[in-house]
Amino acid sequence: MSPGSGIACPVATRPRLLPDVAGLGAVALRGHLARHGARPPCAGDWQRRQRLIGEVENAGLTGRGGAGFPTAKKLRTLAAGRRAPQVIANGVEGEPASDKDKVLLSRTPHLVIDGAVSAAELTGATEAVIVAHPAAYQAVRAAARERRAAGYDQVPVRVLEAADGFTAGEASAVLRWTERRVPAPTGRPPRLGSLGHRPALVQNVETLAHLALIMRHGASWFQSAGTPAEPGTMLVTLLGAVRRPGVYEIEPGMPVSGLLDLAGGPAQPPGALLIGGYFGTWAAAADALDLPFSAAGLSPLGARPGAGIVAVLPSSTCGLAETARLTRYLASSSAGQCGPCVFGLDAIARELERAAAGGSGDITRVRGWLRDVTGRGACHHPDGTALMAGSALRVFRDEIGLHSRGRCSATRSAGVLPIPELPS
Amino acid sequence: MTRRARLTVDPIACDGRGLCAELLPELVSLDDWGFPIITDADVPARLRSEAAAVARLCPRLALRLERASG
Repeated sequence: MSPGSGIACPVATRPRLLPDVAGLGAVALRGHLARHGARPPCAGDWQRRQRLIGEVENAGLTGRGGAGFPTAKKLRTLAAGRRAPQVIANGVEGEPASDKDKVLLSRTPHLVIDGAVSAAELTGATEAVIVAHPAAYQAVRAAARERRAAGYDQVPVRVLEAADGFTAGEASAVLRWTERRVPAPTGRPPRLGSLGHRPALVQNVETLAHLALIMRHGASWFQSAGTPAEPGTMLVTLLGAVRRPGVYEIEPGMPVSGLLDLAGGPAQPPGALLIGGYFGTWAAAADALDLPFSAAGLSPLGARPGAGIVAVLPSSTCGLAETARLTRYLASSSAGQCGPCVFGLDAIARELERAAAGGSGDITRVRGWLRDVTGRGACHHPDGTALMAGSALRVFRDEIGLHSRGRCSATRSAGVLPIPELPS
Repeated sequence: MTRRARLTVDPIACDGRGLCAELLPELVSLDDWGFPIITDADVPARLRSEAAAVARLCPRLALRLERASG
């Protein structure tokens, strides 16, 4: 999908982040200011900055890149550091199933830049870097140029085109890309900095857009949407067998079936849902549709909203074959630095491919390998892959049984979930 | 308060030579591809000097014995 390929029309709630007008282009600075008002300055003495970070804490803002870490904690750590940090807005979005950051950056780049500059002021950073997916890069660059011409920001804003690839969006990989043009994780949390390098606040672009609005409207306004435990709105990407795949802005807590209704409802009878993206969790559609889309609501499935992705697999498609495709893609997407990830994911993918093809795939060995690779990379790439593949072994049990007898329930063989061209 | 020691592997530096598992089977095993799995990160006192020696011997300097109070 490309940004705007679906219909980004939020119906569930009054949009906060996405533009309230239809269209595909970026909202210019003038339109941005007309809708949201001017960005309140966040610089100042220690006490003032601490008070503003307290507002972020009271709002309960958490990272929207998938990990859900409390934003105020990161801000406080970096504001208290000895060295001036840098702020990096992570708009890499290497996950092929996700479109929300591309849509956000393409349509409301000024809101993201507002958030990045606010975070820079709160932490005393010397620079805000926006790392944007290639599909959104021009829009963000144009917005940054517009602001520079207007003399709008006191903090220098730099826009950098993101590297391709699934692991390029991992926080330490984004920092390494920013500093050395190497798009691979380091295993070292960016907030700690490293020898000769400034510590960095790496924050997902949607998180920063929310931060920009919290600085304008305060914590209680932020909490007036969502649930007490998971306040605010969130962007979701709905894809697969829905009538209008695309990016929507929702309030956490609405039922999963309501999410699918936003996207026009299922295009074919749904069999399974992949919730949270390619590092997410498979669930039988019947088990998931009535649950609230929130961390608390999805916990019975062992699933989390993650970066807000729900992919619908029609019942006519083979879940085992789809899982083998995804696992192969993730194995090929390894940054290639850690042995267990390089060899383990490849072995897991190979065995799943064998099982999907009706051969003698050894699922017991796969289970052992899933355990073996977990926690053994510098980043969470093996863990996330193992989580997804492990959930498939539970949800597609019947299908695995059928395949072991040389049969398959699917009536169509084409893959449903998007997978970029694999490097040979 | 006792001093504790944790055995860790830097997975980027490690290239699976396997010396650690040969010399310290009490704490390290190998996966199917020859990369170390630390079976007990909390190094017992009786193995501490051995673990420190093996960490120094790792040809990739990927094995580390980290001391922490706790």
